[in-house]
Parts: sequence; structure tokens; C-alpha cells
Amino acid sequence: MYEQITRNKWRSFFLILFFLGLIFALSWAFGELTGWGPQGLILAAVIAVPMTFGSYYASDKIVLAISRAKPVQKIDYPYLYNVVEGLAIAAGLPKPRCYVIDDTAPNAFASGRNPKNSVIVVTTGLLQKLNRAELEGVLAHEMSHIKNRDVLVQTLAVVMVGVVALLSDWILRTFIWGRGRKRSRGKSSGNAAAIFVVIALVLAILSPLIAQLLKLSISRKREFLADANGALLTRYPPGLASALKKLSEDKEPLEAANKATAHMYIVNPLKDIKGKVNKLFSTHPPIEDRIAALEKM
Amino acid sequence: MIVLWILIIIGVGFVLLAVGIYNGLITLRNRANNAWAQVDVQLRRRYDLIPNLMETVRGYAKHEREVFQKVTEARSKAMDAESVKEQEKAENMLTGALKSLFAVAENYPDLKASQNFMMLQEELAGTEGKIAYARQFYNDTVMKFNTKQQVFPSNIIADMFGFKEKEYFEIEEPAAREPVSVKF
Repeated sequence: MYEQITRNKWRSFFLILFFLGLIFALSWAFGELTGWGPQGLILAAVIAVPMTFGSYYASDKIVLAISRAKPVQKIDYPYLYNVVEGLAIAAGLPKPRCYVIDDTAPNAFASGRNPKNSVIVVTTGLLQKLNRAELEGVLAHEMSHIKNRDVLVQTLAVVMVGVVALLSDWILRTFIWGRGRKRSRGKSSGNAAAIFVVIALVLAILSPLIAQLLKLSISRKREFLADANGALLTRYPPGLASALKKLSEDKEPLEAANKATAHMYIVNPLKDIKGKVNKLFSTHPPIEDRIAALEKM
Repeated sequence: MIVLWILIIIGVGFVLLAVGIYNGLITLRNRANNAWAQVDVQLRRRYDLIPNLMETVRGYAKHEREVFQKVTEARSKAMDAESVKEQEKAENMLTGALKSLFAVAENYPDLKASQNFMMLQEELAGTEGKIAYARQFYNDTVMKFNTKQQVFPSNIIADMFGFKEKEYFEIEEPAAREPVSVKF
């Protein structure tokens, strides 16, 4: 359990580091090509951050509105309330607000910019189809997302994807529209300049794709981390494993979800994953792998 | 001259590190103390729920005097318990008495169907869960404190300022590890 937690924490850390490295490589290339220096990176950050910041700050409200979730009172769902409250005690967090989506497809998610402003949402399908141990496992996974600040991590990843997209775009534009003042500074030799130009071009074309893959890889590691932390909260990995098995067998897609919100649910609500290439582009690890990891604890 | 400055900077660095470690130990110790107190909050909630539960059951099954007495006695003992050991023993008895109470309720289908009873049953089950989670969280905070108290270099500061290792919440009586039997 602890090993899996440490391993996934390090992996997501290194992925983010690699991501930053990519950004610096791009901004350096951009600087060399146009003679702008670090202004390119600063400008890209200045554009990407505010665009993403709004959605981060209001992440709980936005996500609730999109998914048509309804707030619940303790009287309506005492079972859910007690489980969430118990897990909040175990995690040392303030209790998140509880919401319910009226849909028979079983699923759940958590959102919010920090633990004080967090929400946990479940579908009525989930409440009906899972037993107590399984429900605790799923909710513990969601609580771990809140504790690990995964909304913040995802936002960072999105900002970085945005920065990469902007820088790559600008590099390609300098090629199309001419190279700017850098020529006059004079690089060492014609050959070195040509190679550099090719590298910069390849980087600019591939980076947006690499950035997306990095963002998705980070998302998958955080999912494994939430599974492991959730197991630590309940001290009962089989609960979540059993829940995941049940969820994987349920073929019904969740109506309230779409591509924009799919990554936050505990299992992919769109149910359209098949094939190896799809695995790379998936926000969640394959369920068999998640169950195997839980069974190893 | 420069050597002197370097030594001063290193010295200040060490002092700052020591202060950081000391403050960290204080923080972790306070978290553990707080976590212990929070367990009492949940225990209190259980004590407060029980009279309500008994009244509801008495409404339907007033002749089951024995089991009512058991629950009342166990509850007072648990509330009066002084030491951790005493409390643990009393808590165990209370859990057993409550289980007997619920077993008795099985014979009264009207009681089982009543909204009040079902709500109280759920509340109690939830509270039992929260007590367990609160104890688990206490043990987690103790682990973090003990680790910091033992690893190098914070163990030096811990020894200097008298930070003692904390005890986990553990089951003292081997009997408590046996499943609770329900007697009618």
C-alpha cells in the first residue's frame, strides 16, 4: 500500500518535471529563433494561466452545473452522509458537500479547488448497486482525490498543455512568416543552424501531442494514487476492488457526462475504451490493472 | 575574515534547522493529541444516541427488561470510565449489549419497520464506523509523530526537549479480539 503510494507520487512528480523540461526546451528554441528570450515563455504563461484559473477556482460549481447534480440532505441519504463523514474523519479533512445525480449508471466523482470547498457526487445507480464495503471503497478513492489536491494537479497539467500549445504554435509561425532578427546575431556555422532549425521544427510539431500524452499519463498515475490512498483510508483494498469489478461489468454510459468531464469520474463514463492506442489516450488506467494493484496490497 | 562569515552562516543555518524540527515535532504532537480528543467526540455521540434508541424499542417491546438493564448499565460504566483500559473494557461491553438489543428487536416486526428505529439504527451504525475511523486517524497521527521522533536528525532535537514516544490505540484485552457473542 505505502509502496504504491510512494511510487505513484514519484512518477507523477517526474512526469511534471519532464513536462516542465519540455516547456523550457520549447521556450529556449523560441527564444533562439526570434531573439525574444524568455518573453515567449512569460507571454505564453500569462495567456494560459488566467484562462485556466477561472475554471480551477470555480471547479466545484462548474462541474455540478454540467452534471445536473442535486445537493442532498442527511435525512434523504443518511447512509451516504455517514460514510462520507467517517472517511473525512479518517482523512483528517473537513467534510465535503454531498451531491447526487439521478442516473442508473453507477459512477462517482469529486471536485473543488481545495478541501474546504470540495464536493463529492454519486449517482443513484451507484448507491443502489454497491454494498457498504464497496461504496466506502469508492468514496475513499474520491476523498483521496480531494486530499491529494488532484484538481490542482490537473489544472497545472492543463496550463502546461496550453503553454506548450502556444509556444509550438508561435515557433511554427516564425517559420512560416520569416525568422526575425536572430540572423544578425550570427550562429556559429551554417550546419549547426540548420540542425537546430530542424530540431526546433520537430519539437514544435510533436510537442502538443507529447503534452497531451503527458497530461493523460499524469492523470493515470493520480488515479492509481487515489486507489492506493483510498485503500489506506478504509484499510480494506478488497472493497474498492470489488466495486471496480462491478463497475467494469456495467455497460451503461452515464448520460450527464461528456468528454469534458469524463476524466474526473471513477471509471470512464463514456464506456468507449478498446485497444492499445486507446490506452495511451485514456484518462484512467485499465480497470484490470487497477484491480490487480489493489489485490497486491 | 571570510572564514568567519562562512562559519556564522553555517551556524545560523543549523539553528534555523533545529527550530524547524522543533516546531515540526510540536505540530505533530498536537495533531495526535487533538486526534485522541476527537475520538471522545464520537464516543459521546454514541452515548447520546442510546437513550433515544432505548425509548423507541421500549415503545414496542416493553417487557424485554433484561436487555434494557444491560444496555443502561454498560452505558453508565462506559461514561464513567477513567483509564484507557477501563474505557476499552466498558466500550466492549456496551457494544455487546447493543448487539443484544438489536437482536431482540428482530422479534418485533412493527419495531423493525418503524422509521424512527431504522434511522437510529443507521445513526448508530454510522457512529460505530466514525469511532473506528477516528481511532484509525489517531493511530496514523501517532505513527507520523513517532517516526519524526525517532528518525535522524530530528531524534536529536526530540531527545533534547523531551518528546516522548506516543502509544497507539490498541486492544489490551485478548478477549476483546474475539467476536462478540449475543445472548438472549
